[in-house]
Amino acid sequence: MASIRQNHSQNALPEFRNFGVMARALLAVNLLALAAALASEADGGRALDAFVQSTVLVEPPLLASLVLLSAAAPLLRRMPYWLACAMVLALALALAAATHAALAPVAGTGMGRTLLFAGAATVVVLAYLTLHRRAHSPALAEARLQALQARIRPHFLFNSLNAVLALIRGDPRRAERTLEDLADLFRALMSDGRSLVRLADEISLIERYAAIEQLRLGERLRMAWDLDQAPVDALLPPLILQPLLENAVYHGVEPGTGIGDVLVRIERRGDRVHALIENPSHEGGAGARAGNHMALDNIRERLMLFFDADARLEARVEHGRYRVEIDMPYRRAA
Amino acid sequence: MNELRVFIADDEAPARARLKELLADIRAELPTVVAGEAANGLEVIERLPACGAQLLLLDIQMPGMGGIELARHLGGLESAPAIVFVTAHDRHAVEAFELNALDYLMKPVRADRLVAALRKASAAGPAQRERLEKAGKQTNAGAREFFSVAERNRIVLVPVAEVLFLKAELKYVTLRTRMGEHLIEEPLVAIEREFAERFIRVHRNCLVARAAVRGFERGNSGSSGAGSGEEEPHWNVVLEGVAERLPVSRRQWPAVKSLLPEAKE
Repeated sequence: MASIRQNHSQNALPEFRNFGVMARALLAVNLLALAAALASEADGGRALDAFVQSTVLVEPPLLASLVLLSAAAPLLRRMPYWLACAMVLALALALAAATHAALAPVAGTGMGRTLLFAGAATVVVLAYLTLHRRAHSPALAEARLQALQARIRPHFLFNSLNAVLALIRGDPRRAERTLEDLADLFRALMSDGRSLVRLADEISLIERYAAIEQLRLGERLRMAWDLDQAPVDALLPPLILQPLLENAVYHGVEPGTGIGDVLVRIERRGDRVHALIENPSHEGGAGARAGNHMALDNIRERLMLFFDADARLEARVEHGRYRVEIDMPYRRAA
Repeated sequence: MNELRVFIADDEAPARARLKELLADIRAELPTVVAGEAANGLEVIERLPACGAQLLLLDIQMPGMGGIELARHLGGLESAPAIVFVTAHDRHAVEAFELNALDYLMKPVRADRLVAALRKASAAGPAQRERLEKAGKQTNAGAREFFSVAERNRIVLVPVAEVLFLKAELKYVTLRTRMGEHLIEEPLVAIEREFAERFIRVHRNCLVARAAVRGFERGNSGSSGAGSGEEEPHWNVVLEGVAERLPVSRRQWPAVKSLLPEAKE
């Protein structure tokens, strides 16, 4: 099973399929080209011309290598680190040489210069991405993950225990089920937060959580589930959805005296997984509860640690409803 | 028959059921009868006064109105009940209860604790209003959401958001809303302090809602109800929703004047 420990071992290639990695590589190479142009021409205007001209030579091999690297990512990952680095370098040089040969009439520089730049740029970008990854190194990322481990509100625990106590004499079977649900919930909460979990497991967890809230709140909580299109084999960081549902109940249902409708929709959109949790908004109204967006920041940061810039979390109020949406890459269990 | 009449207020049905179960369990030690139940603050205000409850078991986290504010409104009743607060987990509230010697129980409630709390609270009688006021401040629940007018055995709530201005007259303060007037017995100074963000003092005896200020007029332009300032020229404040013009004292004028750009956006 994929885990942050495996992905982030000390010497590993960057994840070429990650949008954040691609964006960084694109930016870095272009900055290097600009720096090279500035270094070769004293005059600013001429340097800019030189940069624009050089892009003709720089962009095709750059884009082509990013595409090829993302295609070859699984293959490269199985190789020893240094061999993989050499392969990346060879690929970049080959593509640069091919581009240079194809565009020789307009190139305006020698083949040696092109290869020198391609080689240097590849080494610099690989080194930069490795350093960037070390900044989010295993030890650091794990420490942060543990600190970020979602925590359930004590308010919920004690009210749930109280609700179970109320059931024991009249409906012992439902009391048993509720304690089992509570046990599962706490097992998940106390588990190691570093491994990815299957969406199916996360869904069953939030269903158990909802069952407990339903017992406490009765008809005041009206849950709607839209999970038919949910890719149950998708992998995601644990406890991403449960705190959002807990927030929906705490801020959207409990402060209201009437019925609170909560919607959970999870679906696959191409190679993305999209989740929506929606509840009535009491913002600014009577009974609104202070919330400091801790849970949202927490989830956003955990998504970032697992998916880098490739996942998004957005929250907004629309037509009196509070909506939280998550958009993340669809990764399947191996 | 010496049964203690208990009212149960909790927004979770299982929690109310549990308390009733416990009250039944301790009947031999402490006979009680459930006088009424409510699932939110407004229901308590509606139902409690008429049912002759002597003691209220009050969950502090209920929709509609927080437990401590609710307790303050009930304090105005002629036969105000003694109150035992109930909370699942709220460290701030528990600290405030301890500091102000207010009775409370933690959920899940134990039978022996329930007996002790009921005995203690019913012996002590209704909680003192100052203690509740202080506890309200300490839990930083913020300002109240309602003013309350206690009639003999009824409580009328006036949402603070609907009040356009408050005027002190002798021992009463008149609340003016779009709909009408209410008299409450609270010092204007205390109200000014509690709701500093909402109301601004325009005169020694008058607070107006900042958001309702629409403009200013010269006081000697012959408007009605301008009060006693007719000899000297002064400014009157124009409020949305009421015809009445309220004089601004010279002392308050600089502060009041600065509201206008805001009011006009």
